[in-house]
Amino acid sequence: MTSELPPGLALQKVDERIMTLNVGPQHPGSGHMRIVVQIDGDYIVACDPDPGYVHRGEEKMAEYRNYILNIPHLERPVIHDSCNVLYPYVLGVEEIVGIEVPERAKYVRVIASELNRCIYTMYWLAIYGIFLGHSTMFMWPAGDRELLIDLMEKMTGARVTHAHFVPGGVRNDLPPNFEDVCLRQVNYFEKRIKEYAAVFYDNPILISRTRDTGVLSRQDAIRLGTTGSVLRASGVDYDLRIKEPYDVYDELDVHTNVMMEGDSYARSRVPWLDMIESCNIIRQALQKMPKSGSVRTKLKPNPKGKGLDSVYKRVESGRGSLGCYIVSDGKTEPYRLKMSVGSFRNLIALPYLLKGEKLGNMPSVYWSLNYWPVEADR
Amino acid sequence: MSVIAPKFKLSEFIKSLLDNIFWILLIAVLIAIPAIQIVLFAIEMPVINGELLTPFLALTWIADPTRTLPIIKAFMATDIFRVMAFPGFGFAALLAAGTIFIERKMLAKLQLRVGPFYCGKIEGILQLMGDGLKLISKEIIIPAKADKPIFWAAPVMFVGAAAAFVALIPVAPGWVVADVDLGLLGVFAVIGFFPIITILSAWSANSKFPFIGGIRALFQMVSFEIPLILSLLGVVILTGTLNLSEIAASQSSFPWIVFLPVGAIVFFITMLAELERIPFDLPEAESEIVAGWLTELSGMMYGLVQLGTYLKLYAFAALFVVLFLGGWNGPMIVPPFPAEIITDGIELGPVTANIPGLPVFTQEMLNGTLWFVLKTVGVIFFILLPRGVFPRIRIDMLLSLGWTKLIGLAFVNIFIALGLLYAGVLGPGGLQ
Repeated sequence: MTSELPPGLALQKVDERIMTLNVGPQHPGSGHMRIVVQIDGDYIVACDPDPGYVHRGEEKMAEYRNYILNIPHLERPVIHDSCNVLYPYVLGVEEIVGIEVPERAKYVRVIASELNRCIYTMYWLAIYGIFLGHSTMFMWPAGDRELLIDLMEKMTGARVTHAHFVPGGVRNDLPPNFEDVCLRQVNYFEKRIKEYAAVFYDNPILISRTRDTGVLSRQDAIRLGTTGSVLRASGVDYDLRIKEPYDVYDELDVHTNVMMEGDSYARSRVPWLDMIESCNIIRQALQKMPKSGSVRTKLKPNPKGKGLDSVYKRVESGRGSLGCYIVSDGKTEPYRLKMSVGSFRNLIALPYLLKGEKLGNMPSVYWSLNYWPVEADR
Repeated sequence: MSVIAPKFKLSEFIKSLLDNIFWILLIAVLIAIPAIQIVLFAIEMPVINGELLTPFLALTWIADPTRTLPIIKAFMATDIFRVMAFPGFGFAALLAAGTIFIERKMLAKLQLRVGPFYCGKIEGILQLMGDGLKLISKEIIIPAKADKPIFWAAPVMFVGAAAAFVALIPVAPGWVVADVDLGLLGVFAVIGFFPIITILSAWSANSKFPFIGGIRALFQMVSFEIPLILSLLGVVILTGTLNLSEIAASQSSFPWIVFLPVGAIVFFITMLAELERIPFDLPEAESEIVAGWLTELSGMMYGLVQLGTYLKLYAFAALFVVLFLGGWNGPMIVPPFPAEIITDGIELGPVTANIPGLPVFTQEMLNGTLWFVLKTVGVIFFILLPRGVFPRIRIDMLLSLGWTKLIGLAFVNIFIALGLLYAGVLGPGGLQ
């Protein structure tokens, strides 16, 4: 009987040794979710993640707004990664309404989405630092993130929720002299994040705490359907920027960072290596970008789909594959919109990883899954 | 970049200084003067020129320094002064407050932040006072199912134990609250109280996270007491005494860290664990168990525990200084007291006052205190530094570190001490 029910609903034998801990939603180590943890001494015997505290009905809301009005609210699930979370929607709408994107706009989009990936990963890294009790690693990424936020502010006019991508290109052109400023900031940023190795990634205490904890094998990673850095940390070379290149990623030289260990340390190191790779991509894109030209193909005021149509687009976000399925029935609003986010797919691995771990490993394993509660709930 | 820092203006700086002076004067008038009046009744009054001074004439002394100084000197001979002010609570609390300020500013600089900035207007110097006032004014919430008497008593007991620890520390030659012959044994006894108080507080809260935190604190403190005690045996073997003042005095030519570096390192690491400092702050690991055994403490109960924690921090740093860094010993850098003041008196404008009782503090005492404070602040700096560099360790790694490596190193230290003793290089009393 227990095998048919999901872990949270299954009846369990009451054991006097087992203590049930509600980690969250009011807990410094949980985020906007609850993890019901059962511990026997210092060992976790069962774990039941309980998301859904910040469900906002983004998908349903999208059915009542037209294709343009959907842009600002669809980036709310991950405001730090707002360009990437909007990317598949914009790509899908472009296919539905049938519109071409100028070459320059594609490069601007790549630059914006890579900058956003770094901004998100820095925020994630800051919280990973404080989850391990490393307060310097909380403050440094939170401060260095400002460099890129300033760049995004120059580019889009907003510090976090940019609403920069629109069907047909990007909302406005780059400011004058942006290329030089961007190159300088990104070079400094790369130099700065490489310094993190000394204080964080090569720290013996960090390595001894996260090595061989929460090991996700290659087979399990594929079987559980994890994506993004979690999948790449388990030895699967899978990155949508290479496997299914969108916009101009096929013209750029993109490398992926794969680690074979599959433990917490690998899962925390891969996003950091990805940030360095993002800096390379931004430099290439700045070099190859057409120096002038339009960045936006104007749409009709209220774009419509061409009859019954559906499209599924996905991009590589900071948390892995992020897909957007849009069904159009020829009206100005989407008939149905479904987002498939990397966060929720990575969360599935949590009960498997935490079983048998020590309680002290819970924050490091949980946050190494690159999980963003608000995105998972949508 | 300096968005936070406003432009420096001399007039505003002076105004802020005057502001602070105003508040200090106000507090002095409201609290300090009544306290002094109460204390005066406990002093054995000296006789000057055949006249017995009484506390009722206190205001007349302020105008006459020839009467004030003998009273101050008589006050300094009392136990109240020792317990409340100089080697005791006041001195330790001042150093502890300085520690908190240094910790916050230093950590902020390390993390590219500013730290406390506005409170007190000069680099946030009054931030601690503001925090204290906030904690005092907050409501104390007791969990409904808590064991209330024990839960109330635990923070007070914690401060009491920390203060008992402070009382055993000799600051300058002859300046110690409790100069007992078994001082080091007393230190071990006081350290043994902390895990008991912690588990009492944690268990009586009747809540899950404090319980786990308390169990962790118990594991940590009990298992690190053994290497702590063993690491200090080397010093005891070489000095042949348990009296802390005698141990400090025995290091007049060289500190014991020269011969016992292993013991010093082991003691420093166990000290970090006993103090629950990062990387050993598992009992308060906030991402796992909220605030550990402090979770249910609120308002001034939490404030008392913090006070006790920082007193304990000072006491451990001071113990390290006394045992390994030579205590008050150091080159004489304080200038001698000018003898002509005693013989000729001080010229106060038109009159020349011949003040009995000078000097108030001897040169040795001032010099010893200065060296002691300098060394203690240095040790405290090294205790605070790991917080900016290391993440938190895990409980199983901590216990294996304590039970295998540190105990082994402590025994190595004991063998070094025994070897030095039997080789005839060193012995009780110093170099032979």
